[in-house]
Amino acid sequence: MTAYLDHAATTPMRAAAVDAMTRELTSTGNPSSLHAAGRAARRRVEESREALALALGARPSEVVLTGGGTEADNLAVKGLFWARRVQDPDRRRILVSAVEHHAILDPAFWMAEHAGAEIVLLPVDSRGVLDLDALDDELTAHADQVALVSVMWANNEVGSLQPVREVTSRAHRYGIPVHSDAVQAIGQVPVDFAASGLDAMTVAAHKVGGPLGVGALLARRGLDLTPVLHGGGQERGIRSGTLDAPATVAFAVAARLAVAEQPTAAERLGALRDDLVRRVRAAVPEAVLRGPDPLVDGAARLPANAHFTFPGCEGDSLLYLLDSAGVQCSTGSACQAGVPRPSHVLLAMGVDEDDARGALRFTLGHTSTVRDVDALVEVLPGVVGRARAAGLAGKAPAGAR
Amino acid sequence: MRVLAALSGGVDSAVAAARAVDAGHEVVGVHLALSRSRDQFRTGSRGCCSIEDAGDARRAADVLGIPFYVWDLSERFEDTVVTDFLAEYEAGRTPNPCVRCNEHIKFEALLDKALALGFDAVCTGHYARVVTVPTAAGTVRELHRSANLAKDQSYVLAVMGEERLGRVIFPLGDVVSKDEVRAEAAARGLGVSAKPDSYDICFVADGDTPRFLRERLGSRPGDVVDTDGRVVGRHDGAYAFTVGQRKGLSIGHPAPDGKPRYVLEVEPVGNRVVVGSADELDVDRVVAEGAVVFGGAMPVDGSTRAADDALRGAGAWVACLAQVRAHGDAVEATARAMPGGRLEIVVDGRLRGVAPGQSVVLYDGTRVLGQATISRAERRSAPVAAAR
Repeated sequence: MTAYLDHAATTPMRAAAVDAMTRELTSTGNPSSLHAAGRAARRRVEESREALALALGARPSEVVLTGGGTEADNLAVKGLFWARRVQDPDRRRILVSAVEHHAILDPAFWMAEHAGAEIVLLPVDSRGVLDLDALDDELTAHADQVALVSVMWANNEVGSLQPVREVTSRAHRYGIPVHSDAVQAIGQVPVDFAASGLDAMTVAAHKVGGPLGVGALLARRGLDLTPVLHGGGQERGIRSGTLDAPATVAFAVAARLAVAEQPTAAERLGALRDDLVRRVRAAVPEAVLRGPDPLVDGAARLPANAHFTFPGCEGDSLLYLLDSAGVQCSTGSACQAGVPRPSHVLLAMGVDEDDARGALRFTLGHTSTVRDVDALVEVLPGVVGRARAAGLAGKAPAGAR
Repeated sequence: MRVLAALSGGVDSAVAAARAVDAGHEVVGVHLALSRSRDQFRTGSRGCCSIEDAGDARRAADVLGIPFYVWDLSERFEDTVVTDFLAEYEAGRTPNPCVRCNEHIKFEALLDKALALGFDAVCTGHYARVVTVPTAAGTVRELHRSANLAKDQSYVLAVMGEERLGRVIFPLGDVVSKDEVRAEAAARGLGVSAKPDSYDICFVADGDTPRFLRERLGSRPGDVVDTDGRVVGRHDGAYAFTVGQRKGLSIGHPAPDGKPRYVLEVEPVGNRVVVGSADELDVDRVVAEGAVVFGGAMPVDGSTRAADDALRGAGAWVACLAQVRAHGDAVEATARAMPGGRLEIVVDGRLRGVAPGQSVVLYDGTRVLGQATISRAERRSAPVAAAR
């Protein structure tokens, strides 16, 4: 039996989404075509757009469909930056939290290298929560040079929820647009685009039981956004490319279910996660929980996320040993060609580099049961012991040339 | 057995892993990330360092149906192999980074970690054979040249020593030709079957070692002198020269005899490069340090009766073949162990262009007797290069 504890990477597609997608795959029609087949496809896409908007607290016209979360993040960072610089060339600063996903950090640093942007990394506390005072200081000193602010709704590694409402109210005092990557938050915590005050927000289908390769940027009506993909002029000219009707239909089905089930899912998965945290601590007392402590500060963390570092271990050893025991999880940090690096999120939280190497993220989802936690806890002590021995073996012997 | 197969992304390691699977082992593939700043694609004949190589390794594991991981040993690689490479050149010596990588990375860092994680052995695509020989006391393991002498890599493997032979598997040791490996890879559906062989130092971009050294060590101009101490040219850094080198010497004055001149010696302290004729490159006596000796082939004599202090405790002379380059011929020699982990080797004929820092490996037929790092090479009459 295998235990899948990596739902934040991707979660199994919901049966209703598979059905809807399969049905749509058998029908012909480009939603941009004017004939009957095209109109039928367009109608199903627009119904899905309305369903998505309703589930996320947005208007249908605010939903810009994309090829996934990364594309939506790129559109937000680049599109907002370029649009703002046209209005005022002095607005070059991009404010992002230090714990953003690479889909935000990398476009931002790319803009610094190629488009004259200046990146300001806003610090977080030891729990991985944004330091609002640092944002205040930055706004007080440089508000007239800020192009945009982007702060994720919830961190993908340690699950810390960010004070998005506070960020928007502060930035809006200076008329600065705010974006948030909410990919990890949908279906886990209540997310309402209108109520958040955000100007733009990223969502992705496959994190909520929809298909891979589709997502959306919710962009407030009237928000000035320079397109990144040019072509046929779909999505109000902001995102060209033939609309993916099957993926969009399935996305809407999955998102609607995830949002409708959110309160019960959060309660069920939160309890299961708390159980996981308690039992991991009992099984491996030296394990260090990272991010807000769910047993003390539960409201500050995603309900389905747990994250630990294991002193003296390397994440890749832990991952291998768990994988070979049928337990699938993640080190949580980004990889290049599968090469693990100490997580920038943990480093930003003040975790030292050696401790950051021994990180594991366990994330639950709609198919998780207590048996998954049982499987993890059963093998974890042996795995950690062995990984620690391997970690010691990996240290260069004294006197090596 | 539980076997960890090192997959470089090349054809040899892929076929080696496939054979380990066929042999009934439980095999897991691992690709070593050794460079921090990896290129997107493989360039020229550099092996295993690019993201493309990692992808090829992953695809090979997919085809074999084995789990696959990437292990980051780049820090260890920088601390041991690259640092040693630079320090050795800086000291006027000529390092062999492949030997150091086998010593510190593949058969130390990787093997130790594999054993700690519960593996029984590490499998690689090296061309060499491990032969188990029965003895009165049980068995001993010997390291032998591969069946394919042209591809033999026992020279760069000898450094791992005898003890670790029980923890390694070289499935390609009996392969007669590389074509056989490529044909087998193609038959197994391994996409790397036609990938070119790698030869160059993996961490030196475009194979330009002098430029790599200049970038890392900086420019240090100095004199090129002949054996009489006469300045015959200038250089940008003595470290970039190797004993026996002919090309790249910008010498203004022609030699008196009109014959080509070669680097005889690199003097790091004086930052001088000494050049001379080809004849002056010949040596017949080599002293080497850091000896690894197999099977008690060359014991050190415990007696202290020798009159000469320097020879006190030296072992008996052993007839053998000595090889001083990865792709060089082995020559007839006699060798003996010296105290302090040194070897003294006297060759019957002459060796040309022996640089301190290179490895010397001693063979009895195809069997490895031992290996050490050359610290001094000389004619019986005149020393050619001084120890550091």
